[in-house]
Amino acid sequence: MDEAATRRRRRLIYGGLVGFLLVLPLLAEAAGQGFYISFATRVLILALAASSLNLILGYGGLVSFGHAAYVGIGGYVVGIAFVHAGDGTPILGLLPGGTDALVLLAAAMAVSGLVAAVIGAICLRTRGVAFIMITLAFAQMLFFFLVSLRRYNGEDGIAVWQRSTLPGPLDLNEPVQFYYLVLGLLLALLYGLNRLVASRFGRALRAARDNEGRAQALGFSTFRYQLTAFVLAGAVAGLAGALLVNATGFVAPSYLHWTRSGDLIVMVVLGGMGTIAGPTLGAAALMGMEEFLPELIDALHDGAGDYWKIVLGPLLIVIVLFARRGLAGVIEAAAGAGALRLPRLIPRRPGQPPRRRRTRR
Amino acid sequence: MTADAVLRAQGLTKRYGGLVANDRIDLDVRAGEIHAVIGPNGAGKTTLIGQLTGAVRANAGRVHLAGRDVTALSPARRARLGLARSFQITNVFAGFSALENVAVAAQARAGHSFRFWAPADRDADLNARAADALAQVGLGRLADRPAGALAHGQKRRLEIAMALVQAPRVVLLDEPMAGTGPDEAADLLALLGQLKGRLAMLLVEHDMDAVFSLADRITVLVEGRVISAGAPEAIRRDPAVRAAYLGTDEAAPGAAGAR
Ligand SMILES: Nc1ncnc2c1ncn2[C@@H]1O[C@H](COP(=O)(O)OP(=O)(O)O)[C@@H](O)[C@H]1O
Ligand SMILES: [Mg+2]
Repeated sequence: MDEAATRRRRRLIYGGLVGFLLVLPLLAEAAGQGFYISFATRVLILALAASSLNLILGYGGLVSFGHAAYVGIGGYVVGIAFVHAGDGTPILGLLPGGTDALVLLAAAMAVSGLVAAVIGAICLRTRGVAFIMITLAFAQMLFFFLVSLRRYNGEDGIAVWQRSTLPGPLDLNEPVQFYYLVLGLLLALLYGLNRLVASRFGRALRAARDNEGRAQALGFSTFRYQLTAFVLAGAVAGLAGALLVNATGFVAPSYLHWTRSGDLIVMVVLGGMGTIAGPTLGAAALMGMEEFLPELIDALHDGAGDYWKIVLGPLLIVIVLFARRGLAGVIEAAAGAGALRLPRLIPRRPGQPPRRRRTRR
Repeated sequence: MTADAVLRAQGLTKRYGGLVANDRIDLDVRAGEIHAVIGPNGAGKTTLIGQLTGAVRANAGRVHLAGRDVTALSPARRARLGLARSFQITNVFAGFSALENVAVAAQARAGHSFRFWAPADRDADLNARAADALAQVGLGRLADRPAGALAHGQKRRLEIAMALVQAPRVVLLDEPMAGTGPDEAADLLALLGQLKGRLAMLLVEHDMDAVFSLADRITVLVEGRVISAGAPEAIRRDPAVRAAYLGTDEAAPGAAGAR
């Protein structure tokens, strides 16, 4: 309909959501529910991870079923550095341990990005189901490798009982500061992603997603762009992992478990593949349901809360079936106020031009 | 095998299991000429184009582009060296607008796409070149239309615009008129006529009016073999060609007006 009005409404809705995130700690403290600050911090960290997956899944069309591996590796960078900082031994006989957040976050991104480069270079030779299976296989290999590491407590993982340190007055032990750091990183990432997917690089990636053979025939060496996206996504997932260890106080092979990769995919699909806000909305929705559905069901029928996943499953199916672009699509429809309209019952008058369809990004 | 061949195939062979789709095909396209390849369905014309672009790996033979051996290069590398193609079955980015389809083709030719920040759809240079190519094929007014919403004939022209914007050394057109009605076919014929002389073309086409009015040279392919090659007049008179065509339901070359 009216493009300008749609844009205004869209900006209003997302502006409102960002505004809500900005004041959330104040609201939570005013309500005496400090717990929600750390819960929201974890949601935003998972939103970072899901947004990174969205770059390859939503914009690249590559279904990686092993993305939690990069979150886990980023987490282990922090965990291993913490262990060695504690006992003073060097890591692999080379590097000192440490707890400096800036160094650790950068190192987590570098190591995860590097691992993604190696795994991506192999996996991206395949497509479709083979790609899904081989990304999963690599993640499982890393999972069992970490389980086998006695030095780092194998399956039990590492209790990281001290948060990484920041310079000056900044302190990750302060839940509100930690929250705002994560929120700032997420908003910066989403802004950067928004630029990225519209850039020449992003357009090459989307062209390869929509029609890879055609993109190659035009001269795009699609492998390079896909691998670059894979590495960027891995690095950001590593950052999310490093933050998550600080939020939860531990890291274990469970970080890399395939169900975690599945959760990330659900967040992206639920929120809206190939949309900037989607993965964040999906992370909030999935984790919100995990957190509140059991209580809600218990309230309705005592003791039934344990079976909350029985409700979650069909709910996901309904959302995926009826909101093709997920929650972001629902917001888009609300902003367009008309895009979700039922099929036209009265035929268009002859001579009236068809409404312009929005082109897909 | 003249020196000014922009594209040259030597001994191209492709086998699918026991089926020989192409058998030792030699052919070249010279600067500025239209070289038509005709032959019944299943003759191996699309396979030949695939081997020339690199999308189909040849079992044997070599491909030279502007004097350079490109046999080992990927389709993307060959495209960046100036080899453009259109597809027999319309193959555009349905979700992109008509303009963006052409702009992305221009982008692919304009070097690497490791540019991460500036919005591609506001790139004035790419858009100007895309708009120009769209205007050349008569789609100027439909620039904003999603490619998926274009009529069939318009998509065929969009394919040609995507090739044109790349300023290729040579363009391979795989049945550009396939599936178009008489009016659209006439438009496309006129368009190809305008391009003649400016661009080296390898034209695969069933429309014999088009082929005989446009082509400088014709190669006839039957069951993966070149049975005849030469000027249109010679091809028209060649008994081997007539015999090959009589056995099929294709229009015989020379049966004027037949389509
Ligand atoms: N991918 C493939 N696998 C097996 N056979 C193929 C394949 N592609 C083409 N062919 C066969 O090769 C022959 C030539 O096909 P094609 O090049 O499409 O012919 P044309 O374009 O002249 O109609 C046909 O017999 C076709 O069935
Ligand atoms: Mg064909």
